Amino acid sequence: MSTWQHKDLLGIRELSRADIDLIHETARGFRQVINRPIKKVPSLRGRTVINLFVEPSTRTRASFELAAKRLSADVVQLDGNSSSFTKGESLKDTGRNLEAMHADYIVLRHSAAGASHFLADRLGASIINAGDGAHEHPTQALLDTFTMRERLGDLTGKHVLIVGDILFSRVARSNIWALLKLGAKVTLVGPRTLLPERFTELGENVTVRHELDSVLPEADVIMLLRIQHERQKKAMFPSLGEYISLFGVTPQRFAECRPDTLIMHPGPINRGVELDNALADGANSVVLEQVTNGLAVRMAILYLLGGGNAQELQS
Amino acid sequence: MSHPEAADQTRTALDAAAVGQAIDCLADKLLRKLPELEQLSLIGLPTRGVPLARRLAARISEADGGPSCPLIGQMDITFHRDDLSLRRPAPHVTDVPFDINDRDVLLVDDVLFTGRSTRAALDALHDLGRPKRILLAALIDRGPEHRRLPLHADFVGAEISTTFEETVFVKLKEVDGLDAVEVAVR
Repeated sequence: MSTWQHKDLLGIRELSRADIDLIHETARGFRQVINRPIKKVPSLRGRTVINLFVEPSTRTRASFELAAKRLSADVVQLDGNSSSFTKGESLKDTGRNLEAMHADYIVLRHSAAGASHFLADRLGASIINAGDGAHEHPTQALLDTFTMRERLGDLTGKHVLIVGDILFSRVARSNIWALLKLGAKVTLVGPRTLLPERFTELGENVTVRHELDSVLPEADVIMLLRIQHERQKKAMFPSLGEYISLFGVTPQRFAECRPDTLIMHPGPINRGVELDNALADGANSVVLEQVTNGLAVRMAILYLLGGGNAQELQS
Repeated sequence: MSHPEAADQTRTALDAAAVGQAIDCLADKLLRKLPELEQLSLIGLPTRGVPLARRLAARISEADGGPSCPLIGQMDITFHRDDLSLRRPAPHVTDVPFDINDRDVLLVDDVLFTGRSTRAALDALHDLGRPKRILLAALIDRGPEHRRLPLHADFVGAEISTTFEETVFVKLKEVDGLDAVEVAVR
């Protein structure tokens, strides 16, 4: 097993296959911790984690907060609408102020692609990208692929469909990188406006399709993405009804899949749009497993990063 | 334990036969104490404490005659280590398939050296419950002069005299393909 060499977690693109394996192996240990009566270990006692969420989030934010607390770190939550960003403070100044308070980790969600790279270059603290614009969301991809590996074993040759708003999705981008590094086949499915052909340039195991029905029988996993109204400046498809009729995963459509095909969704689900209500809660759905695994994966990442070189800089 | 290939020089302290004798010795001491122990369960500390615990359990059930085969589990101590600021080892599997509350728990480790791993194991165990009594069995004791904490083993297979700078590697068939105890000089 390799050792961890990175100060920050900025994207899946920068990680090696061995890095992903190490995170998943460590997460397996933490999943045992979070399933027992005492869900806390002292590994990050005395460390400080700041959750800087300039863009809203429920799941990721709560997951990072709990992950840090279960490692015995101290956690501070900062939201965009209640922080000095509303007074026009720059990201760099905010970051430097947080570091002056001896933050060991900054978990950053930001609407600008590259925001976490920007901070990582300027601060000694470990920066964790919790979503930067439409660029990457590495912890989501790490928890998604962890969930797939726990269910399916080795992902080599496994066929994953990612369906929906690919163009605006950082979840899709990070998952494509992670799945390619783990040897899976990825088929991206969506309307032409949300899925340009250039996505095939990401790798020879990436296929682009603009219709769903013909690929369903081959799928080991169907990963649905939310239609992201907030990232669309204008409507990218004629109507919601048309989107549902072409790409919505309905019981009739799902009947074409193999009986063991997994349904995944990073949340929040638009029930009845990209995914049928009953299927979202059905036996093939692992959406809540994804959430539980997310906690273990984020604990693994905080544990492995170790708070960067902030401690050495301060001493 | 660090990597044996980083060592300049390695000597064999116990060969396969001597390891067998040390395990026999450990099992005998344990069997003598057994009448005093209630609901004994063995918890091996990964990596090599786990096969060691299995071997001891097998010896106890042979001697005792089958039905009282002790409960057996394994427990990772990684997240409780006190040297996490220096390195971040990947964890092992924890699998303790029984309730440890009000039991006599025997922790099984391959080497007792500074006592720091034992301290981490005691903390990790208390996250799983509150045993009635905790005992420690170590195949190898490097001697009380190296202890950095006020801890001792209740059962020891063999004592080996080493300097503080040396590293002791216990090798067991189940993990390493052979039984041996090696001492490496750095």
